Amino acid sequence: MQWVNIVLQGILLGGLYALYGTGLSLIFGVMRLVNLAHGDFIVVAAYLALVAGQMLGLSPFLNVLIVAPLMFGLGMLLQQGMLNRTLGKGLMPPLLITFGLSVIIQNVLLLTFTADSRGLDAGQIETASFTVGEVSLGVAPLMTFVVAVLLLVALQLFFSRTTPGRAFRATSDDPATAELMGINSKQIYGLAMGLSLAVVAVAGVLLGVRTNFAPADGPARLIFAFESVIIGGLGSLWGTLVGGIILGLAQNIGAQLNPTWFQLAGHLVTLLVLAFRPTGLFARTRDT
Amino acid sequence: MTTSDFQETRRLSERTLLITSVLVVAALLSVPLWGSSNLMRTLVEFISLLALAQMWNLLAGYAGMVSVGQQAWIGLGGYALIVFADDLKINMFLAVFLGGVVAALIALPTAALVFRLRAGYFAIGTWVVAEVFRLLVASSTDWLKGGSGRTLAAAGALERGLREDLTYWLAVFIGVSAVALVYWLMRSRAGLGLTAIRDSETAAASLGVDTDRVKLLVYVICAFGTGVVGGLIYLNVLRITPEASFSAQWTAFMIFIVVIGGIGTVEGPLLGVLVFFAIREYLSNFGGWSLILLGVVAIGMMLVAPQGLWGILRKRLRLELFPVRRRLPDEG
Repeated sequence: MQWVNIVLQGILLGGLYALYGTGLSLIFGVMRLVNLAHGDFIVVAAYLALVAGQMLGLSPFLNVLIVAPLMFGLGMLLQQGMLNRTLGKGLMPPLLITFGLSVIIQNVLLLTFTADSRGLDAGQIETASFTVGEVSLGVAPLMTFVVAVLLLVALQLFFSRTTPGRAFRATSDDPATAELMGINSKQIYGLAMGLSLAVVAVAGVLLGVRTNFAPADGPARLIFAFESVIIGGLGSLWGTLVGGIILGLAQNIGAQLNPTWFQLAGHLVTLLVLAFRPTGLFARTRDT
Repeated sequence: MTTSDFQETRRLSERTLLITSVLVVAALLSVPLWGSSNLMRTLVEFISLLALAQMWNLLAGYAGMVSVGQQAWIGLGGYALIVFADDLKINMFLAVFLGGVVAALIALPTAALVFRLRAGYFAIGTWVVAEVFRLLVASSTDWLKGGSGRTLAAAGALERGLREDLTYWLAVFIGVSAVALVYWLMRSRAGLGLTAIRDSETAAASLGVDTDRVKLLVYVICAFGTGVVGGLIYLNVLRITPEASFSAQWTAFMIFIVVIGGIGTVEGPLLGVLVFFAIREYLSNFGGWSLILLGVVAIGMMLVAPQGLWGILRKRLRLELFPVRRRLPDEG
């Protein structure tokens, strides 16, 4: 029964990783850009929710309604004010700029909030759990998973059914032709980064409800996002969910065998996938 | 880049370059005769960062492979130094170079994995690999003493003054070799192939450049160089932990130095290390602020002057110290 519990926990954790990964692969899909500060933005969102909670005294689940639009605006600003200026100059400038941002964000957070780890106070939900047979499930991890899956469904519908979603896909396939059809690709890029950081905002709040976070936690989140995407395959939303679940399972099973193997087990599964199935389990986007 | 850009740059004659280099190296070699051990320690650190930046520049600036996991080779080089010198009783100065060999050997299978990732994802992949090494080293609680790390015991066998002098001379040798290696490599046939790959991998391949082989060669050379410097760093500080040696901060230093100084030039990292040290010394009392400032300057550079400080200077002075750019024959 203990193992059933570990597997369930791993699956639920995978929902959160899928959100990390979706934010990362969304902008890669639209503009082939990898945001090395992705994980740090997750942590920023968690801190924003912390500040909003202190100022307004609301539950984190309501704060997300403030944090998500803020992060959306930040993403638009980042893309249109900074990253769009490097378009057409190759893949290196956005990589190095976002890497610089990552270092800046970590140090600003460290100076503002100290190195102490913090958590978001979601009240009773945090500790509440219910028992089915001999398996006990926390309400917070379950809610995280449900919110993550709902958000993935919403994104899937957005991309497949709406006009802006079509514009995203058109720009992803061929920006030059999309421009000829009247799509402003720079604007699409701005919206994509905004959307990515809005997803990140939800992920950050859910992270804060589940566990504590600290200023230097960003890079590990970036790596979990990356691993979910690589295991699942580039460009597939549901692949990323499966990738996140496999990652969560690997980490939880690894930690059960030896407490220090939590991260290591996830890394090794990712490298195995890379070795034996380099396109991931459900690849869609071509990475050229 | 326009042709006028090329025509108007002056170059030092090979003789002037050689004489200047010999003078600079001679001045550096003389430091133990008159300098304090504090100065020597700082210079070793300076030279280490310069060599690291040269290696990262070779990988990213010349070959277009942006790695953020170079700390993998620093940690491996550092730990190899201690294992070879303390456990296997090999001369510790020799062990520094064996650290580079270990890094290069491990870089081969690593390349087989991370080369499957393109551009941005390659960057994160290299980071994952560095994390795997860090976690593996940290989980070796008996042999490598886990998270608390190890101390270079062999250092105690040598009188302190002599050890510091020898470490310093070794650093000068490694620093000069790193600059010379990049200079020589970029003027070779492989260097031409590299530049072609950076500008367009597809076009390079279609013109007959064996892109996979050239990239692998550079990746392994950079792992070797970075591993040697890793050994040198821990020969200088004598104490190693997985947290510090496999820290992504090393790569942050390399990137900031190269981007500020001028990516894709031999001179850039030289200038970048000077700026890096100036900012760090000036803001040493302000903790995290120096990294924030370095990050802001680097991002500003990428946006406003992607050629870096050396790019700006080169235009102003119309001068190249280490010419590695190709020119058309009639430009002389």
